[in-house]
Amino acid sequence: MSLVTATIRRDLLLAARNPGEWANPLMFFLMVAALFPLAVDPDPSFLEKIAGGVIWVAALLATLLSLDGLYRPDVEDGSLEQWLASGESLYGLALGKALVHWCISGLPLTLMSPLLGLMLSLPDEAYAALVLSLLIGTPVLSLLGAVGAALTAGVRGGGLLLSLLILPLYIPVLIFAASAVYHAGIGMTYNGQLAMLGAMLALAMALTPFAAAAALKINLLR
Amino acid sequence: MTVDRAADLPVLEARDLYCERDDRDLFTGLSFTVGRGELLQLAGPNGAGKTTLLRLLAGLNRDYSGEVLFQGQALLKVYAEYAAQRLYLGHLAAVKKALTPLENLRWLTAAQAPDDDRLWQALEQVSLRGYEETPCMQLSAGQQRRVSLARLCATDVPLWILDEPFTALDKDGVSWLEQQLERQVAAGGTVIITSHHALQSVPGLRQLTLGGSL
Repeated sequence: MSLVTATIRRDLLLAARNPGEWANPLMFFLMVAALFPLAVDPDPSFLEKIAGGVIWVAALLATLLSLDGLYRPDVEDGSLEQWLASGESLYGLALGKALVHWCISGLPLTLMSPLLGLMLSLPDEAYAALVLSLLIGTPVLSLLGAVGAALTAGVRGGGLLLSLLILPLYIPVLIFAASAVYHAGIGMTYNGQLAMLGAMLALAMALTPFAAAAALKINLLR
Repeated sequence: MTVDRAADLPVLEARDLYCERDDRDLFTGLSFTVGRGELLQLAGPNGAGKTTLLRLLAGLNRDYSGEVLFQGQALLKVYAEYAAQRLYLGHLAAVKKALTPLENLRWLTAAQAPDDDRLWQALEQVSLRGYEETPCMQLSAGQQRRVSLARLCATDVPLWILDEPFTALDKDGVSWLEQQLERQVAAGGTVIITSHHALQSVPGLRQLTLGGSL
């Protein structure tokens, strides 16, 4: 078994043993959707206009919340040092780590999103767009976030820095995804927005692991 | 007849190493070799640069001048090959507290991928039989140390680089680890170690004392 598969297995096992770590961002996601109608206006005709945007902002912030735990524990307990000592490619590690992160953050967010749509009276026509945009968009969030997590893993109190670094990179994803959901809601086509998200995903998959690997090297090989 | 040139070369050779930390010279013009069947103990006071030198030899610290050769070739050029033949055990044990000793050991030895029998035997050797299913957070510091030390007998790697491996071990653990060092050296392997522990019982012992002006 190669070190990449061993690490993916170990991280999934760790997630299964510590459900609190990945359940916390999901709770946050759910709470935002629950509190919004209470604080703003429970009128469905108002909510249906903002539902897609609110769900996407909540998903983005929930992802940000979970990013700090991506590399920090591995730096602190020496796992990452062992990885560097193994001579295995860091590209594989970075890709595997982002994949595991998506499985425990983006995927559950995507699966929960129809429930939030219901709470925010999302128009019926927009559900498919919501789920598809999250399915394509959240892996981009994990991949981009992994670069920030790798850069700040060795910095004390790196959480704030991580948000500042990564948030601007998330904005294009947010704009196209929310626009896809909004256009679906008013009965227009949204293929173009999904295609843009798909292009971002392809680009992120090919390039971000290199950036994350370089950031980890700067952090640890000294 | 073929002559194995690699067998005649020192396992590691350091040439004219220079390293500084925070504007303080840790070592200058440091040259030495380590061969098969040798144990090199790095000694010196705290802050003398033992761990820095150890990480440098492991290929993990790349902020130095001079050369390190692995079997005659520049270490960082043949890093993947080198990494497969050396085991590095640092200050940090790389043990996940939520996982059991067996799960941790399986990850730690993933590159060599020994079968489960061997992993069980290794855990038995470090007296962790009966704790295989216990999460490491319920083990003592010494037992967690033993989990990472179990790698030494779960794999066959010719070069060991160990940073303070005696930390937190009890008497039995110390004598077990001494036996492992003797076994490795007797089998023609190489050990580089930082420790304040007296290792006189190990044949092939050499010491390198770093200055350490604080």
